[in-house]
Amino acid sequence: VTQLALVIDLNVCVGCHACVTSCKEWNTSGTAGPMADMNPYGLDPTGTFFNRVQTFEVGQYPNTETVHFPKSCLHCEDPPCVPVCPTGASYKREEDGIVLVDSDKCIGCKYCSWACPYGARELDENQQIMKKCTLCVDRIYDESLPEAERKPACVNACPTNARLFGDVSDPDSEVSLAIRENGGYQLMPEWGTRPANHYLPRRKTRITIHADELVRADNPLKKERELPMPDAGDPTLDETTSW
Amino acid sequence: MHPAFSVIFLTTLIGAGQGLFLALYTAQVYAAFNLLPAQDPVRFYALGSLVALILLVAGLGASFLHLGRPERAWRSAAMWRTSWLSREVIALPACMGAVAAWGLAHYSGWNPTLFMLGSLGVDLSFLIGAAATVLCFALFVCTGMIYACIKFLQEWATPLTVVNYILFGGASGFLLAAAFAAWKGLELVDFYGGWAIVMTALAFVTRSASLVRNARLKHKSTMQSAIGIRHARIEQKAQGAMAGSFNTREFFHGASPRKYRFVKWVFLVLVFPVPMLLITAGLATEAFGLLLAAFLVQYLGLLAERWFFFAQANHPQNLYYQTV
Repeated sequence: VTQLALVIDLNVCVGCHACVTSCKEWNTSGTAGPMADMNPYGLDPTGTFFNRVQTFEVGQYPNTETVHFPKSCLHCEDPPCVPVCPTGASYKREEDGIVLVDSDKCIGCKYCSWACPYGARELDENQQIMKKCTLCVDRIYDESLPEAERKPACVNACPTNARLFGDVSDPDSEVSLAIRENGGYQLMPEWGTRPANHYLPRRKTRITIHADELVRADNPLKKERELPMPDAGDPTLDETTSW
Repeated sequence: MHPAFSVIFLTTLIGAGQGLFLALYTAQVYAAFNLLPAQDPVRFYALGSLVALILLVAGLGASFLHLGRPERAWRSAAMWRTSWLSREVIALPACMGAVAAWGLAHYSGWNPTLFMLGSLGVDLSFLIGAAATVLCFALFVCTGMIYACIKFLQEWATPLTVVNYILFGGASGFLLAAAFAAWKGLELVDFYGGWAIVMTALAFVTRSASLVRNARLKHKSTMQSAIGIRHARIEQKAQGAMAGSFNTREFFHGASPRKYRFVKWVFLVLVFPVPMLLITAGLATEAFGLLLAAFLVQYLGLLAERWFFFAQANHPQNLYYQTV
């Protein structure tokens, strides 16, 4: 089986919200209809988003880290939002594991949003139906696009390449490799939802430099030897030896 | 969770309707065994089931106000294999139909004795009533399980939720039956009033148990498991939206801590002690007014109880919205 998913690298995300805006731009023209924008230029703008970036500060000043945290539907392998839907509008695709809402069947009872521990579903205020991340299902299979662009809009937009897209059930895929080798993890594993989307943790990158590494131990051209340096006119090693 | 008034009215109205029907049918069963005097089928059973039916229909009407797309409501019976909400959508009209049929059997007098069980004649209304009783209990279970089946809403995920729905529905229904019997001047007032007191007392025990349980509850999800960063101090700086979103509106009750505590005491006073006193006084004087007041006070209290039931539930998604 295939399970498409996103892997989000918190080590790289800079919190620019390019994924948020590109997601909305693509999906607001999607088959489920426009995404609500209520009061966009007023005091309390609100609306439907499939993807949001939140920011957390971890630690105590001055030893803090700022973590930007993109959050969208995790396309759980055991999605609790699907069995509770009374109409069958909420479903998980067999062929690629994407969790979708049938916009023609949804009655807007909001029960699926109660049954999602991650708060990944939002009721559209204009259409009064539930909306959520589709993993750009109307994009990733579109053969009229160049192959490199057959990815979710957020993945294409990310300037730091913090978002990877692929099949997490294939152990050799780019995403599986990233999860395996960089300590990828799932959110709220305690509920057994087995989210397909994974997050890569912050990683410290340190190098240790010893004092003797600052000076060339092997210096045949005498470029950095002790002063006084030879005159510019003196013959160099290259000129006095035949190699 | 944000308390939705549509759901508050749905659950309290159908609870009282189911309870009232169960009270009426109990009287019929007792009468069949000569434990209570037989009642007039039209003036008591048919009229009483009409009141129960009105409550059930009103509850169904309230439920439509909860839907974003009420015109598609018919679709919601589809997923009864997996969804308790879908099961409720089937159980509620089935229950209404059975209560209506039972009332109609009494009203029309078309109530032939079908067979004999020893010396007991089993008539048509007896069988319809038995089916309606099963459906009433099925509906109680469905309503309760809608909330109890969401395991990460830990305040709800307990069998006490279902038990409370049954006992609150039963208490308010039997109380309404006592008032109805007093209005008709029947000898059933003591019987119904007594059971209303017993069920109110039982509901006090089980609801207190759920309050104690929820006060001691340790939530499984934490900020650390929500974003997967193991640090004791995590502070949210941005929620991903300038003003509110669906997530900040749907999952927070939005009341001040004072109002929240006030509603809790309102329901604890209005659902349990005040109706008990009014019933006791009403039973002593057989006064219709006192018993009706007892029902109305308890119903108001149940509205507060249901508000608190929703407000108390703490959804794990709220971890992502620390600064609401």
